[in-house]
Amino acid sequence: MLIAIGRRLNLLIITLFILCLGSYVLAFLFPGDTLTNLSGTPPLSADQSHQLQLMYALSEGWFSGFWTYLKLTLSGDWGVSLNSQTPVFDDILYLLPASLELSLYAMVISLLVGLPLGVLAGLKHRTYTDLGILSVSLAGFSFPVFWLSLLLILIFALQLGYLPMSGRISLLYDIPYHTGFILIDILQSDVAVKDAALKDALRHLVLPTLSLSIVTTALVIRLIRRSVVTVYSSDFIKAAYTKGLSHSQVFWRHGMKNALLPIMPQLAMQFTVLLTNAMIVEVIFSWPGIGEWLIQAIYQRDYPAIRGGMLAVSAIVVTFTISVDLIVRILYPLNKRQFYAQA
Amino acid sequence: MRCLAILLSLAIVGGCQPQVESNIPVEGLVYCSEGSPITFNPQLDISGTTADATSHQLYNRLIDFDPQTGKLIPSLASSWSVSRDGLTYAFQLRKHVNFHHTAYFKPTRSFDAKDVVFSINRWRDPNHPFHQVSGGRYPYFDSLGLRQIIKEVNLVNGYRVEIKLHYPDSSFLATLATDFAIILSEEYANQVMAEDKPELLDLRPIGTGPFKFYRYRKDAYIRYLRHDGYWEGNDSVPKLIYDITPRSSLRLAKLITGECDVIAYPAQTELQVIEERADLKLEERPGLNVGFWAFNTARPPFDDPRVRQALALAVDRKTLLDTVYFDTAVLARGLLPPSSWAFDETLQDTSYNPVQAKKLLQEAGIEPGFSMTIWAMPIERAYNPNATKMAELIQHYLAEVGIRASVISHEWGSFRRLLLQGQHDSVLIGWSADNGDPDNFYRPLLSCSAIASGSNRANWCSPEYDLLINQAVRNADESVRLGYYQQANQILAEQMPLLPIAHAYRFQAYRTNISGLQINPFGGISFANVAKEPN
Repeated sequence: MLIAIGRRLNLLIITLFILCLGSYVLAFLFPGDTLTNLSGTPPLSADQSHQLQLMYALSEGWFSGFWTYLKLTLSGDWGVSLNSQTPVFDDILYLLPASLELSLYAMVISLLVGLPLGVLAGLKHRTYTDLGILSVSLAGFSFPVFWLSLLLILIFALQLGYLPMSGRISLLYDIPYHTGFILIDILQSDVAVKDAALKDALRHLVLPTLSLSIVTTALVIRLIRRSVVTVYSSDFIKAAYTKGLSHSQVFWRHGMKNALLPIMPQLAMQFTVLLTNAMIVEVIFSWPGIGEWLIQAIYQRDYPAIRGGMLAVSAIVVTFTISVDLIVRILYPLNKRQFYAQA
Repeated sequence: MRCLAILLSLAIVGGCQPQVESNIPVEGLVYCSEGSPITFNPQLDISGTTADATSHQLYNRLIDFDPQTGKLIPSLASSWSVSRDGLTYAFQLRKHVNFHHTAYFKPTRSFDAKDVVFSINRWRDPNHPFHQVSGGRYPYFDSLGLRQIIKEVNLVNGYRVEIKLHYPDSSFLATLATDFAIILSEEYANQVMAEDKPELLDLRPIGTGPFKFYRYRKDAYIRYLRHDGYWEGNDSVPKLIYDITPRSSLRLAKLITGECDVIAYPAQTELQVIEERADLKLEERPGLNVGFWAFNTARPPFDDPRVRQALALAVDRKTLLDTVYFDTAVLARGLLPPSSWAFDETLQDTSYNPVQAKKLLQEAGIEPGFSMTIWAMPIERAYNPNATKMAELIQHYLAEVGIRASVISHEWGSFRRLLLQGQHDSVLIGWSADNGDPDNFYRPLLSCSAIASGSNRANWCSPEYDLLINQAVRNADESVRLGYYQQANQILAEQMPLLPIAHAYRFQAYRTNISGLQINPFGGISFANVAKEPN
């Protein structure tokens, strides 16, 4: 068990290390002055340039240069954005909650909708119910996210006028920034019109969450359906029925547990797909998250911001994936043979 | 791709019934602007975005333009007088004008002469402690050479200021009424200087205007609150929010869904969508600009006035107006748009007369088959939204009088550089003015000195014309000035260094529950006394 945890942690540290190395190398590969790409401050004088040289230890060989960069990165000094001259790390911290919030709600919706439907389809294998659910999920799976978002905007915002199409909340509400999660911030704030603000924020959430979650829901349905079908065709389920257990007993005691367990990591992995899709959705819905910020940075060739954004997003994805894997291992330890896939 | 999709969707939406049910509290107005301001002090920047965001919201000027008539009206200066020699301007200042009271500044005194002297000296005097703060560049005043014109700024008493000039300049008052000549608080400047953060004067602004600064996040929003102690009284909305939305199609979409109440710069192609919807209002007014076709008079045969006359007669400008501006402009009869006080009602229009044109060409010795170039500027401007299309139409008209014209266009940077070198035979370009003074058209476009500075595209120099516009500007009496400008117009009509084509309208789109919004042809948008009805 300890070995398994150790291996995962090792993997995490090594991957993060490689990511840092990659982002460091980017500063050399981007066009323009390496120092400027690293720090985000175009040196105005030779003196300033010399100071930056010292700060990033560029003249002392690549190893100590990278070591210095690693230390700076860990201490939160990611340079400043070329465009706005604000610290990249602060910008990311400020924007990340918005992206996480959006992905989180979409994930919850996907699971709430996808789980029951997937199980239903799995249980009614090869019936019209199954085919119906499967084809709907296939359609949902095939929609490009950006197209779906535009379609939703077209119908619900522009044609029907039911829902707003941009931002997290109407700018008329002035919600102080605490956690960056808009719903929590509203609840914590002391604005007079809390109910109206909450309602407004929820209305802003509907369309982006929906466009994000449809694709993931479809994926979740398909994953679960497949797993349920496999489990129900296995011998121990037949054995359970032979023992005389009722449908619900078989379902809860044997079916569900064995169907969900193996796909837990895969389900959690959908969150990273969500985070990637969230970037596209953010741009379309003008959602002030890290995706929109990163796309702007790319447009403006803001290299320190691109580097920082890439590092942050990939670090989150890696950390999340490995932690989920770890948690599943801890909660449901498998025996050594299974762990090494020696079936 | 995405923009295209949104545009397409908008086209479809055009005919649908709006069902916007809004539960947004009505005490605030959202203006979707096109970009982030560079600074919160318009003295430091010449761009329209900065002026729109700050000038009329946060600040006042000594004098203002009346948006309807274009005449100068009192603002912070309740009255003013000009000495007989035109060299000394005395301003009597308004009393009991409050500066903004905010979390970061509590004014202890109201506006007085010290603030005026401070605000002017900041850009005028290179040794002023604030001159170098925030870059030390004051583009508008620098481009007019105002620093060289002003001799001194004197504080006479608490509410009286005197400005002395080196030589008379009757456009001086108009300059003081532009978006850039705002009045700052001297007391606040002292405070930020004492805190050793002088740049805050331009980043966390204090002024006397109808709104006070609350919060700003670059590329996201600006929040203003109503200034309740505003000297002119204030019926504005309690909150004014700039939602910074660079994409024009997105601004329009937000206007339709009601997320914006007013939008900046609707694109010409979107105007119809706005007009067709009952819940949106599109307002238009002639702007202070002119689009024209300038002939390079330094090159033969365009140095012959008869040739220029002939070319002008050969073109039917009404067709140009219909096809290029889609009815969003008025036909230009001279340099000045009709909204200017110096507009000459008696001015004769050049009519379309190809027969006369052919005759003049023959007189000038131009053989049929003569070839020339028409340069078309590569970018969109209000005064000419599609120069290439216009050039092609003109090409067609010239073919009818036996002239072979070719259309030339370069990337904007090199286009301007080559124009400056005088490589063109003729060029389609235009001019937008910064203030309502006629001198802002006559001088930069056609004076001899403007050849060097690059705004005289015709490379036309007439000492007679220069004398007239100089006499006009040295004289303060408007009717006398008008007389000089009429004479100058006469010269232009005979010489035809350029053919004025159109004065384009300015557009403003907003939801119908907004009232009190006026287009200001002389500068940035103003939200003073703009109200919003519940939906």
